[in-house]
Order: sequence, then structure tokens, then C-alpha cells
Amino acid sequence: MRRRRLLAGGAVLVVLTALVLAALFALVTTGIEGRGGTAGYIAGVTLFTLLQASLSAVLSVGLAVPVALALASRPAFPGRRLLLRLFAVPMALPVLVGVIGILSVYGQAGVLNRLAEWSGAGALPPIYGLAGILIAHVFYNLPLATLLLLARLEATAPETWRIAASLGLGPRNVFRFIDWPQLREALPRVLGLVFMLAVASFTIVLTLGGGPGATTLEVAIYQALRFDFDPGLAARLAMLQIAISGAVVLIVGGSGQALGVEPALGRGSLRPPSKSSWSLFAIGLAALFVLGPLLAVLIGGLTPALGKVLSEPLFYRALLTSLVIAAFSSLLAVAAAYGLALARAAHPSRALETAALIGLVVPPVVIAAGWFLIAHRLGVAQPVTPLLVVLLNAMMAIPYAASVLLPAVHATAERYDRLSASLGLSGMVRFWRIDLPLLARPMGLALGLAALVSLGDLGIIAIFGGEGLTTLPLLLYQRLGSYRTEDAAALALLLMGLSLALTWLLPRRNREEGAR
Amino acid sequence: MTKSIVMSSVRFRYEDMDMRFDLKVEAGAFLAVIGPSGAGKSTLLNLIAGFEDPLAGTISLMGNDMTGAAPAERPVTTVFQEHNLFPHLDVWSNVALGKSTDLKLDAAGEAQVRTALARVGLTGFERRKPKELSGGERQRVALARALVRDQPILLLDEPFAALGPALRREMLALVQELWRERGLTIVLVSHDPGDARQAATDVAFLHAGRILRHGPMARVLDATDLPELVAYLGRPE
Repeated sequence: MRRRRLLAGGAVLVVLTALVLAALFALVTTGIEGRGGTAGYIAGVTLFTLLQASLSAVLSVGLAVPVALALASRPAFPGRRLLLRLFAVPMALPVLVGVIGILSVYGQAGVLNRLAEWSGAGALPPIYGLAGILIAHVFYNLPLATLLLLARLEATAPETWRIAASLGLGPRNVFRFIDWPQLREALPRVLGLVFMLAVASFTIVLTLGGGPGATTLEVAIYQALRFDFDPGLAARLAMLQIAISGAVVLIVGGSGQALGVEPALGRGSLRPPSKSSWSLFAIGLAALFVLGPLLAVLIGGLTPALGKVLSEPLFYRALLTSLVIAAFSSLLAVAAAYGLALARAAHPSRALETAALIGLVVPPVVIAAGWFLIAHRLGVAQPVTPLLVVLLNAMMAIPYAASVLLPAVHATAERYDRLSASLGLSGMVRFWRIDLPLLARPMGLALGLAALVSLGDLGIIAIFGGEGLTTLPLLLYQRLGSYRTEDAAALALLLMGLSLALTWLLPRRNREEGAR
Repeated sequence: MTKSIVMSSVRFRYEDMDMRFDLKVEAGAFLAVIGPSGAGKSTLLNLIAGFEDPLAGTISLMGNDMTGAAPAERPVTTVFQEHNLFPHLDVWSNVALGKSTDLKLDAAGEAQVRTALARVGLTGFERRKPKELSGGERQRVALARALVRDQPILLLDEPFAALGPALRREMLALVQELWRERGLTIVLVSHDPGDARQAATDVAFLHAGRILRHGPMARVLDATDLPELVAYLGRPE
């Protein structure tokens, strides 16, 4: 049994490594003969990548700290559960949809700008560039960071609150002796995670970045490949990107567990509720910040263009393409994550945990670039493109699927391995009769998370896609590029509806598996 | 007398602890294994059951060499402290798994499951899920499955540790009855010497991966010449 599990994980490891190494090989061999891209351009792009990622991490997490503290200090108020659900929405939202929402709030024709003009304050500066990138990154990462920090704050033992009450600790000392130590321990990992996500951010920079002055490595790779037809430059940029992400992972360590985060919903706490007004203010502001773009997508999408989009065969083709890719890639991602999880349960190995994170360490756009080169060199681009898109989407989703399955499979193995062995349950009988029913919830959750990742992907499909292969995000991006704003808004609404419907179908993660 | 369990020069490593076991258990004995936590009590049971393989030495059960055999091939049934039941299967299926892993039972098999459930006092509980049972009832289901598996050796790994004292004595009494009816060989790991006094014929005292003493119950528990044992049991009142 042990050997079979290790084999399953080993096979996944080999396939993933081969995928990455082949892409890297293609990139390196092309990179040597490349000539485009001055040293100044490359240095500029690299510096901007690091700058925007650092600022994004500091802003997102810095603002999340007061929000998390405010939410922790008010453990029960009407709508709190709803608010925490709201904070989980951006995680499920295709990035392009969020971008549309942010543009309709902060953009040239956005709500804020109209308010500013109406009040006579004059037009706001344009959003494109660093400002827009930061707003979007904070929109996506502030709620994530808040939920991660809140989970940490709520993990304080009930006894601690009893002791605090009996000692009569005031709010300042509660922060100093109870909350701050918890936060300090969690902050580096959360900062690292947001930094990593921002380094690898593609869609936001592609749509909100402004020209060569505000371009990250990921986007520069895409542009070198698809616009400048300079694979050598793409290759050199890709290697830089891998070096940076690799260094971040080495420094921060695996933050993969954080990806499948779910808030501790309405857990009763013995914490004395706070009555301060700053906490209400912080919570309200954060809620508005997250809700605004979502509402903007909803309202902006409800135009006559919605009916028109819904009558176009193009929409249905893109929808079908998106769903088929999501279905295959999520199944593949879950199978791979399950294999890794089985091996990890049989043998605690760093290699397996790193493999689970590979979609984060080596950005999929980079691997896509490598395989784009391979497919074109071999002259088989046409037939294998859909296959590669599915494969790379799966690779991108493995960290999310693994963050759910690794602990779940480990716990099941810990509890039921000996019992199964003593009863002679093994192989497929055991999988169908025991493991699958026991893991139904985490498996469903992993499938859903993987499907969401794939549904929202723009990076991989932008590298490969084109006339023949168009997903919903790509269609939306094309509409945005050709200034058909109303169509884009309608598509954004539909894509948001699809993702949220999928989220709603996801099984809730059960904290106390009724297994005893 | 025939031996049902023979461990010869068995060696095992768990983290930093080197364990060596030599043990002979008479057929029909009720052996209680006691000792401080971390002494290797559960490891001893895992080795007999086949969940762990020894680094060296042999384990023979009911006269056959079983070193390296899969747990399901050994003439052994184990009842654990917890997680004895699959939470998604009802009581009937959990017991029937002891008869057939694909849950296909003939009439005789079904009768066996019914009898076993009746024997542990759970007739009428067939369709309940484990979460609808009390801790004691769950362990009764595990005992019913042990009866259905019908193996000559029963290993009990602190199965009643989570139960209250009265329930625990009651369960131990039930185990004792089954032991007599079926002529089983029982190895009970317990952290409570009281369990040993109530039910066991023999006691083995483990300390730091070694069996320091093994003999008839009263003679081991009343011994005063072994400092580790005296320290473990504490001074008699």
C-alpha cells in the first residue's frame, strides 16, 4: 500500500518536473540566441515587478491588520457572517471581472470620477499605471489577508480570554499581550503570500498597467512572445521571473495551506466585544471597498447589451470552451493533487510539498511560453494547443487543490489506514468504498477551486488562444480591447454569475469531521 | 501448552527509541500490557497486528510464521481506542466488513452479523450511523465486528480509555465473557493497572522499549523487586 502510494506521488512528480524542465529547456535554448530587449528595459521591468509586488503586499496586509482586528473585536454583529462570505468572493472572482468592476468605480468614466466632477473637484488622475495595479491588488488581497489574519486571531484559546478577564486587561494590553503576538507570527507568511501572488499577477498588470513604464515580467513575457515575436527575450524574462518566485518561496516557505482558506464563520468567542467606533469604521470602509466593484459589475452589466451577448453564438462557444477546459483541467488537477497527497501521507517529503506548489513557484505563463515554443518548433501547435491549455490550467490549479487534499488525505490515512489494513481493504475496493466517500467533501471542494482557477485564467489562454480557442475571459478581454465596453460589462456580469454559482455549489469545508 | 503469540528477538526503531521484544503468550491467555506512555505498548500491538514490520526477528501466530504478512492475513483482530468505525457506513455495514470487504454476504454471513450484534446488545441499531452512537456503543460495534471476523487472537489498544469508570468495567466484563465463550487469546494495552486486575490472567510490564517483566497477573502487579515497576505503580496505599 505504502509503495503504491509513493508510486502515485512519484508519477505526478515526474510528469510535473518533465513539464517544467521541457519548457525551461525550450526557453533557455531560445534565450541564448535572442538579442531583443535592452538591458535597461529588462532591468526596468524587473524593478517594477518587485516594486509593485512589495507595495501591494505592504498595502494589502497593512490595511488588513486593522480590519482583522476590528472583526475580531466584534465577534457577533448582524451581518458578520455575510460580510466574511463577501470577503471570500474576490478569491473566486475571475481577475478580469474584478478589473472591470474596479474600472467602473475608479476609472475614467467611473463612479468616483463622476462624483468628483459633479462636486467641482475636477477629474481624478487616470487609473492606468501603478495606482490602478495597486488598487486591484489590494481589492483581491486585502480580503484574503483579512481572513487569514482573522482566522489566526480567532484561534486564541478560550482559556486565554478567561485569564484576560480575570486579570482585567484593557484593550491596549489585550492587543499587546494577546493579539499582537498572534499577528506577528502570521504576518511574514501572509506578506509573502501576497507578494508571491502579486509577482505572478498577469491579468491586472496587462489590463491596468500603462505601457513599458508599468509592466511586469509576466506581461513582458507575453508581449515578447505574442507581439514582438521575440522568443529569446521571452526566455530571458522567464528565467528572471522563475529566479524571483523561487527566491520568494525559499524565503517565505510554503504558504500553500493558505490558499484554500475559509473564514471561521460565526464561531463563538469568549472575547469581550469591543464598543469602539473605529472598528465599525474600519469594517464599513473595507466592506465598501470590496462591495463597490462587485456592485458596479452587477449594475454595469444589466444593459441591453446583455440580451445581445446572450443571443450571440460566439458567447455560447466561449462558454462551452471555458466549461470543457475547466472540467478536464480540474479533474486532472485533483487527480494529481490526490496522488501527491497519498504519497505525502505515506512519507513526509519536502519534494512532494514543493511539487504541490509548483504552479505558484514557476508561473504558468512561463511554462506556457516554453510549451508555445516547443509546439511551434515541432509544427504541431494546432492539434496540441487545447491539450496544453488543459494541462497547464491543471498545473496552475494544483496548489489550490492540494491545499485542500493534503491535510484531508493525511487525516483520513491517520485515522483509517490501520483499520482498513486489518480488514483487508485495499486497491480499488478501498478507494470506492472507503476513501472516496470519506473524502467526498474535500474532493468536491478541490474540484471547485480548481475549476474556478481555470475559469478565470487569462494568462495561459492569452499565450495559446486565438481564433480557434476562445474562452470567456479571452472573449471579454477582446471586447475590452476593441472598446466594446457594454459587451464587456455584460460578459463580466455573466462570468461573475458563473463563478459565484460554482462557489455556491462548493461543499462547505467541515471543521469537525464527524469521524469519531 | 501451545503458544498463540511468539515474538523472538524482534527489533524495531521508533524515532530515537530502540525496541527489543521477546514474548510468548499462551493460547487462551488474557494478557494485559502496562507501562508508562511512550514505553512502546502500542508499538508492540502494531507489530503483532502487522501494522509495523520489525527490523529483525520473527513473529509467529498460532504456530505459523507471520513475519511480514499483511495485517488482514494474520489470525488477529484489533480494536483501537478510536476510529474503529467508518463514519459514512451504518452499524450493519461496519460489522459486515469484517466478513466481506465488498459487503456481499450470504445468508449464513448475515446470520453471523445479526448474532454478533445481538451478543453485544445492539440489536435494532443496524441502520444507525456511528455519530448517532455513544462512545460505549461504538466500541460494542467494533467488538461485534471482531466476533464476526472470528480470529483466535484479539488485540485491544486502550479501547475503553475514553469511557467513564462504570462503563469501562462493564465493557471489560463483556470482553471477559467473549474471551471465555470463544477461547480467545487477548492482548490488552492499558494505562490503568485496575483493568489488568479486573480481567487479565497475565501482565507484561513495558519500560523504554523492553518487556521488563511478564508473568501471572498478581505476581507482576504485587512485585516489589523491580524499581521501574514500583515507580510506575506508585506506593500501595
